[in-house]
Amino acid sequence: MSSPEIVVAVSNLHKRFGALEVLKGVSLEAHTGEVVSIIGASGSGKSTLLRCIPLLEVPEEGEIRISGEEVALRTRGGRREAADAKQVNRLRSQLGFVFQSFNLWQHMTVLQNVVEVPVHVQRRPRAEAVAEAESLLEKVGLAEKLNAYPSHLSGGQQQRAAIARALAMRPQALLFDEPTSALDPELVGEVLRVMRSLAEEGRTMLIVTHEMAFAAEVSSHAVFLADGRIEEEGPPSQIFRDPQSERCRQFVQRHLDR
Amino acid sequence: MIDTDFLAETLLKLLGGLPITLELSTISILAGVVLAVLLALLRQASRVGGLFVRAYVFVLRGTPLLLQIFLVYYGLGQFPLIRHSILWPFLREPWWCAILALTLNTAAYGSEIVRGGLAAVPTGAVEAARVAGMSRWTMYRRIILPLAFRQALPAYGNEWVIMVKSTSLASIVTLMEVTGQAYAIISETYRAMEVFLCAGAIYLTLTFLLTRAIGALEHRLTPYLRRPETTLGGLA
Repeated sequence: MSSPEIVVAVSNLHKRFGALEVLKGVSLEAHTGEVVSIIGASGSGKSTLLRCIPLLEVPEEGEIRISGEEVALRTRGGRREAADAKQVNRLRSQLGFVFQSFNLWQHMTVLQNVVEVPVHVQRRPRAEAVAEAESLLEKVGLAEKLNAYPSHLSGGQQQRAAIARALAMRPQALLFDEPTSALDPELVGEVLRVMRSLAEEGRTMLIVTHEMAFAAEVSSHAVFLADGRIEEEGPPSQIFRDPQSERCRQFVQRHLDR
Repeated sequence: MIDTDFLAETLLKLLGGLPITLELSTISILAGVVLAVLLALLRQASRVGGLFVRAYVFVLRGTPLLLQIFLVYYGLGQFPLIRHSILWPFLREPWWCAILALTLNTAAYGSEIVRGGLAAVPTGAVEAARVAGMSRWTMYRRIILPLAFRQALPAYGNEWVIMVKSTSLASIVTLMEVTGQAYAIISETYRAMEVFLCAGAIYLTLTFLLTRAIGALEHRLTPYLRRPETTLGGLA
């Protein structure tokens, strides 16, 4: 049996903020079509881990591969940085990143937000990008809001627009950084619904989340992070129902009970 | 009591200076914006660049514009190096000297205004651009500068109004713009009140039109700061 392609792989990541070591050697892989959920307490390093993949944070140690290609890093003046800005930009545009706080571009309409990268980074024809953006926005339920500005939308609508923006890049993998944490409770459902349909399409996804029930349902692999290390990982049936480590058991228990 | 014939005649003569006033204002404002953006970016770019820009702003903002015009017009000619350079055909002309001094001056204020605009660009917007693989140039062109400009526009509008009025200082280096014309008429007629009032009316009209234009531009560029409109706008 040939194993499916590895889309995202990080190995032995170390990341420090000043004296604080946030990641202490984390390795992780996501194969094509896999949904990997990353859970853990605040400060466990899960967001930092996700942000290292597109190099929003540069790890001091370790290796990042996207579609098999290693991100070239170098050390300069005691600081680790990208060795080749062009390569980083090329690899970044293969990933769709969804932020906790949406981060839509406020001066552009929803449609303009979605076509921005296809047209101005990927250099695709505008008409084609617009047509694709319209169908993506319809898919996330925003067909009526094409010409609205982000500030005129609810949080849930903004996050769905941000997901459409990420999808418009035709990414190899989607990275979600606590996509529902900034939302009012009644708006969480609409975003999770969109994410669930993406998972069902067989998209490769890495999701940092506090939504345990959702993670248990959609993921094919789950990772529990504690103190900058992977404390436990495995199939969701193990992590969410029968965790082996005490810390993971307590954490999942506390969150599923809520 | 009111000599309308004289007023009309004066107004007509003063309007003869309007083209120069408009040239000085438009050119120095536009060149000033370009220079201001470059200075603001240079200030961010490196420590040395930052020091240079801070010194530049300190000097240009800390001395009177009139003095700066004098220095450019009378001062530069003292240096043989400049007198023999290819710039001399320009720098001996009062028109170019005024443009130069006005531009350098407004760029100093402008760079501070642009700096404020840049600082107000949300980090999230920049991160979203970075993570999408935007090059630095595209990011500045499409995301950072448009957001910074919108943020800076109200304050920058003030600076432009000040610049229009500051062009009156160019009369002191022999330029016959509106104020220069007014001074000439007064030296013939000794009717300072009427002439200066006419000149004032012209400046008032100019700045009124300018503030309206800036307001309209602001309205156009920031629909997202208002309540949603019922009419739907298309793709820009």
